[in-house]
Amino acid sequence: MSGYYLKLAVGSLRRNVVITALMVAAVGVGIGASMTVYTVLHAMSGNPIPHKSDQLYAPQIDVWGPPTQETGTSQGVDYNLPSQLPYRDAVALLQAQRAPHQAVMYAVSQDISPPAGRAFRASGRATSRDFFALFDVPFRSGAVWDADAENKRENVVVLSAKLADRVFPDMDPLGKVISLSDRDYRIVGVAQTWAPMPRFYDLESGGLGDAEQFFIPFTTAIDRQIPSSGGENCQGVPTGGWEAHLNSDCAWIKFWAELPTTAQARDFKTFLVNYASEQRNLGRFHWPPRVELRNVTDLLIYNSVVPPAIRAIGYVADGFLAVCLVNAVGLLLAKFSSRAKELALRRALGASRGAIFGQCVTETLLIGFLGGVFGLALTAGGLAGLRALLAAANQQGLPVDRLASLSAEIIVITLFVAVAVTVGAGLYPTWRASRVQPAWQLKAQ
Amino acid sequence: MDILLILRALRKNKVGAILIGLQIALTLAIVCNSLSVIQQFVQRMQRPTGMDEANVFTLASAWIADPADLKAQIEGDLAALRAIPGVIDAISIVSFPLDGQAYNSGLSLKSDQRSPTAWAATYFSDEHGLNAFGFRLVAGRWFNADEVTLLRYYENKYPPTLVVTQALAQSLFPSGNALGQVVYINSQYARIVGILERAQTPNAANGGQPDRSVFLPMLPMNKSTQYVVRTRPGLQASVMHAAQDKLFAVDSHRIIQRVTPFLESRRNAYMLPRTIAIMLGVVSALLLAVTGFGVVGLTTYWVSQRRRQIGMRRALGARRVDILSYFHTENLLIVGVGCVLGIVLGLAINTLMAASMQLTRMSVAYVCIGALIVLVLCQLAVLWPALRAASISPAIATRGL
Repeated sequence: MSGYYLKLAVGSLRRNVVITALMVAAVGVGIGASMTVYTVLHAMSGNPIPHKSDQLYAPQIDVWGPPTQETGTSQGVDYNLPSQLPYRDAVALLQAQRAPHQAVMYAVSQDISPPAGRAFRASGRATSRDFFALFDVPFRSGAVWDADAENKRENVVVLSAKLADRVFPDMDPLGKVISLSDRDYRIVGVAQTWAPMPRFYDLESGGLGDAEQFFIPFTTAIDRQIPSSGGENCQGVPTGGWEAHLNSDCAWIKFWAELPTTAQARDFKTFLVNYASEQRNLGRFHWPPRVELRNVTDLLIYNSVVPPAIRAIGYVADGFLAVCLVNAVGLLLAKFSSRAKELALRRALGASRGAIFGQCVTETLLIGFLGGVFGLALTAGGLAGLRALLAAANQQGLPVDRLASLSAEIIVITLFVAVAVTVGAGLYPTWRASRVQPAWQLKAQ
Repeated sequence: MDILLILRALRKNKVGAILIGLQIALTLAIVCNSLSVIQQFVQRMQRPTGMDEANVFTLASAWIADPADLKAQIEGDLAALRAIPGVIDAISIVSFPLDGQAYNSGLSLKSDQRSPTAWAATYFSDEHGLNAFGFRLVAGRWFNADEVTLLRYYENKYPPTLVVTQALAQSLFPSGNALGQVVYINSQYARIVGILERAQTPNAANGGQPDRSVFLPMLPMNKSTQYVVRTRPGLQASVMHAAQDKLFAVDSHRIIQRVTPFLESRRNAYMLPRTIAIMLGVVSALLLAVTGFGVVGLTTYWVSQRRRQIGMRRALGARRVDILSYFHTENLLIVGVGCVLGIVLGLAINTLMAASMQLTRMSVAYVCIGALIVLVLCQLAVLWPALRAASISPAIATRGL
């Protein structure tokens, strides 16, 4: 039966080419606009590590106390906690070893002097060795440095595949030495290209930024006094040298723990509260202990990686799609009503209301599909346009080329949405068409 | 044409008329606001910076190791750059117009003022700055070599001379004669020795005061620094290559990045307004197209509903032109009401936007242009179904009831 409906639908569309073209255009334009924006939104707000996002936690501790404004009144208990930790608290949590896997880290930037060619600057991460186990980072060759190297603060490094290929083309760099800002580091591993979007483990250093090029031990970086190139929040202007910085309450270190069960997460939170109380007893904090323990899923929502402007554009695009669908409905009404006689004839010959309904739905489906294909072409064009317009943002840390590109997932979603909304919008004209009165139509010949 | 007749017919088809009317209102509101925003952004993007834009490029340089004598290194770099054939001049800077990094200083007329008379973007430059940027002096002079001091990180002792732009001079001394006057910059005493015609601030692309800049005769001392190089016309590309080679020859243990012609920096600075303007243009065009589709669809539907009436009217003596003008008049009525609504909606949106996006209110001209565009579009759109209606044969009237 559906093959017959399809034949009828195709024939009917071909007979009214102009109206068909207009309908396909209306649906296509609406789909194109909304899916262009949706693609960017989807890329910005997807879950980058779905199999583990509920088990990875970042603790927050109230290290600054309630903020006081110039008038002297405090803001109550609803103020935000710093999203990173001061050095001594991060290290204390690490040494307490309350989680099966845990890591401290911060973003660094170093100057690479390759054996051949000019020096260049690369961004990387100073982290403890559990980073790779925590986030399931795959290795191309070698492995992370061992605990001994970490304790001895050795100059070891794990390179990204991209950096390894650039500095050591066509060879395995394991065991070789690379110069990072005038210090030689021994290469112990090469990590596969791994660039989660958004970069959830350091949203403060740019959640949409580029992937790291190298990883060095946290202890080594602290010992060599390598400053953070990521986000940092201090209360007041930082003064004093490196040691003072480590002892200050500036929040610049990230701490991540893997807590597979909710019981473990609860225990960890209790431990955090105890730790904060202890600091209070020691005279460091003068306020009630406040802690937060959020996992990746919560953090992505809390930090809203998507800028509000883009979200607003998303709503506008949805509104635009609604407008296009209303127009498509009008055109469908026109189309079906001009075929009232043909439909009435079929009813008179014995077709049930459901059969007419089915035929019209098939037609709507076909239009939705064609509109989806057209909309897909428009989306591709729209995304290409966005990439061209915002090309300069790639260097400023916003990977437009990755955010605004079609993936197989988006293609499937586009076609599905196009068909679904067209059929949904077409329900009213379809219902009206199925209620055609055979006698009335046939009499008025 | 009997307007009442049309109105009565419309009353029977309320839903469609209202939908199209609302859509026209929304389209008009968005189109005229878009036109206004686009025009303002285009105007903003065409403002000159005051420097020799086509012949200037910038580059960032960082030494990998801490240099023993930073001053000698920087001066060595500058000497090497200035010696390249085709280079007019070069200086070391902290920021330059439209680069997005503003260091603002407050200028006051009295030393004990609580809040400054004016805020200005602060630039640091040695005695070569005028030629390196290509600014135009309209009064006084640029700095001399003996006035230039060193700018070190976290040091804020300023030398006692400065050069301001005309816009800044105007805001400090509205009656003119700013040259030679004493001002207090961040509470420090200084005298204005020169006035530039124009020098845009680093944040000029983002709105706010674009032309209030002050220059201090200081040479930035930093392990990471930026250089501005001005070349003779046509030689920029070759000098950009030569400059990198020369700098690496002076000292190869360094990073050089972001070697960018100023025109490209300028384009990047305006990336956001340009993107918004283009997006608004595309959205407006799409809305107009979709409204056109809607008009065609609805009119076709009405024609198909009224086939018998149209045929009968033709049989009773109406000409084709009468049928055409009926539909065009009906469309005109709907568009008219839609436009009135659209003007109200557009003005409301405009008030909201002007407050939040630092734009001026839209002028009546855009409302009129927008309404005209919508009107012409809808009339064109209704033409095709109306022509089909006009070609309905009068014989329909004879085919039974």
